[in-house]
Amino acid sequence: MDLQEKLLEGYVGFANLPNQVYRKSVKRGFEFTLMVVGESGLGKSTLINSLFLTDLYSPEYPGPSHRIKKTVQVEQSKVLVKEGGVQLLLTIVDTPGFGDAVDNSNCWQPVIDHIDSKFEDYLNSESRVNRRQMPDNRVHCCLYFIAPSGHGLKPLDIEFMKRLHEKVNIIPLIAKADTMTPEECQQFKKQIMREITEHKIQIYEFPETNDEEENKMVKKIKDRLPLAVVGSNTIIVVNEKRVRGRQYPWGVAEVENGEHCDFTILRNMLIRTHMQDLKDVTNNVHYENYRSRKLAAVTYNGVDNNKNKGPMTKSPLAQMEEERREHVTKMEKMEMEMEQVFEMKVKEKIQKLKDSELELQRRHEQMKKNLEAQHKELEEKRRQLEDEKHNWEAQQRVLEQQKLDASSSRRVKKIFTK
Amino acid sequence: HYYCRQSESIGSTLLGYIGIDTIIEQMRKKTMKAGFDFNIMIVGHSGLGKSTLVNTLFKSQVSRWSSGWGGEHKIPKTVEIKAVSHVIEEGGVKMKLTVIDTPGFGDQINNENCWDPISKYINEQYEKFLKEEVNIARKKRIPDTRVHCCLYFISPTGHSLRQLDIEFMKHLSRVVNIIPVIAKSDTMTPDEKNEFKHRVRKELETHGIEYYPQNEFDDDMEDKNENDKIREAMPFAVVGSDKEFQVNGKRVLGRKTAWGVVEVENPNHCEFALLRDFLIRSHLQDLKEVTHNIHYETYRARRLNDNGGLHPISANNTQESNL
Repeated sequence: MDLQEKLLEGYVGFANLPNQVYRKSVKRGFEFTLMVVGESGLGKSTLINSLFLTDLYSPEYPGPSHRIKKTVQVEQSKVLVKEGGVQLLLTIVDTPGFGDAVDNSNCWQPVIDHIDSKFEDYLNSESRVNRRQMPDNRVHCCLYFIAPSGHGLKPLDIEFMKRLHEKVNIIPLIAKADTMTPEECQQFKKQIMREITEHKIQIYEFPETNDEEENKMVKKIKDRLPLAVVGSNTIIVVNEKRVRGRQYPWGVAEVENGEHCDFTILRNMLIRTHMQDLKDVTNNVHYENYRSRKLAAVTYNGVDNNKNKGPMTKSPLAQMEEERREHVTKMEKMEMEMEQVFEMKVKEKIQKLKDSELELQRRHEQMKKNLEAQHKELEEKRRQLEDEKHNWEAQQRVLEQQKLDASSSRRVKKIFTK
Repeated sequence: HYYCRQSESIGSTLLGYIGIDTIIEQMRKKTMKAGFDFNIMIVGHSGLGKSTLVNTLFKSQVSRWSSGWGGEHKIPKTVEIKAVSHVIEEGGVKMKLTVIDTPGFGDQINNENCWDPISKYINEQYEKFLKEEVNIARKKRIPDTRVHCCLYFISPTGHSLRQLDIEFMKHLSRVVNIIPVIAKSDTMTPDEKNEFKHRVRKELETHGIEYYPQNEFDDDMEDKNENDKIREAMPFAVVGSDKEFQVNGKRVLGRKTAWGVVEVENPNHCEFALLRDFLIRSHLQDLKEVTHNIHYETYRARRLNDNGGLHPISANNTQESNL
């Protein structure tokens, strides 16, 4: 459809539309959920306090880092901030215990579960009949704190970001940036960005706009990623100015000084310019990904979801059916496998028996042969014995004959001499 | 018959100068000629400035990495033990310094038992020494590769010790001299530093971890007083650097940030000078002695009891046991 632009001949008044939207939103108020993740001791609570200029974590309500946690917890704190007639309901999701144990395998799982459960809540409330009250508790932004080692990302950092970059907007920050000199910081940032591209991690991308000025600013931010931040709410007097900073014996590190750290950039970006965009990307990209994946699993057997019969109420049954089918196929597979193994074992046994039978037979033959040989030997010996007996008898007869001859000749002699 | 009277050692005044005190000079000459061996192990997860600190301590490039940001340090998949030896000389005294690095410690996602390779290495060195000692035809000077000191680097979180720190030190404080140091301490303001040190000391005490100098090995009151003061100040919060900058007309070792220069040898900035004096200028020999007289002896006793006697290895393999 080709839309033609038409010129107006007078003032109509719909240029007032943004103002109307503005007034309505101001009345409604805004919501924003921010998640902070990082090992304990990286200054997360201090940074939150500095960003929103409140004492979310105060001595009366100490931050999660002061409480020792054995496993990773996910904690939410809500605070209502008002400024210039605009209300912001800010939810901070903290993850104490992350990366603090000796064995940190799967310490990202509670975080993933939390984000998914918030998506699920929103999905359910979207599909309800009465949708008037739809609170948006989805996590709009995740600030990931990187320890200022000066070397590169840790295996834990890479693993976490790889698992969460498709579920939430990740903004990596270098914590406690006053540990590093400007050169070290530059090198560290370059190294981190290199590793992020190498592992194909998709961190939050600042959108391009039509405005030249804004693009310049966006480019400036992009060059300084990841942002190196310092947090503090203590006020120190420097050159007769009151600034927020950290007092060292060798100088004062000012939080809001652009040459000291990137805190102002973070604050402006997070609150003043890109808060709405973060919410939009969460809604249009991350939430939609979750939703389509979730619903695709339900419509596995072709149930039309557009009938709007509350697809969520069907899913438990369908889910159970699916699970049962899965279970059955798994059982069948296992049965087949066991049969195969059984057959194999039987074959082996048969082979073994055959072998041993052959062996026995061979031995039997061998023994028989031996026996026959012995038999023959014996025969030989008997014949020899017989021969000897014959010879001996023959000899005896000869001797007897000789004796007879001798005696008869003597008798003859006597007769003649009488 | 020979009659000997056992007389008590009474201090007798000498009637003239004999020269017994020159024995100190003789010992000094001998040890200078022979030189020293010192083996130091550095443990801590990557990025805590271990190599830089060792280079700063011994004012030379003695660790694995050369100075500055030398490019990518790849994290190995398992804990490796890398020993690098150098001979350094000062004032006629030669020292063979061996720096034993442990890359990969505490860097994986799952760090269960990552101290096992380290423990094995230390025991292997004791075993080597024991075998040499037990040998019939043994060398005049047994080469000493035993770990005399283990510098353990604590991450400056500002809160408390991590689980891994406690586990490591619990397992190894009975086998080797452990000196805990707080790395990169320019992260913390002076107040944060004191609080953190206090909390770390309490935690070490709760878990019964005896770091060097150990309480039980103090010889006399003088030692005890000196060591008590040191124990109170430990763990030392240190900063390392091998770059020099101009501060107030002087050239100092330090780190230059946008808001000032952290001077490594300035006691107001960090405790590097304390660590260096303690480690090198006063307790170097004591570290070796404790390793030899206590840790090594413990190992030896355990080995001999386990085996019911060691058969020494000799050239002609005779089974003569001198135990």
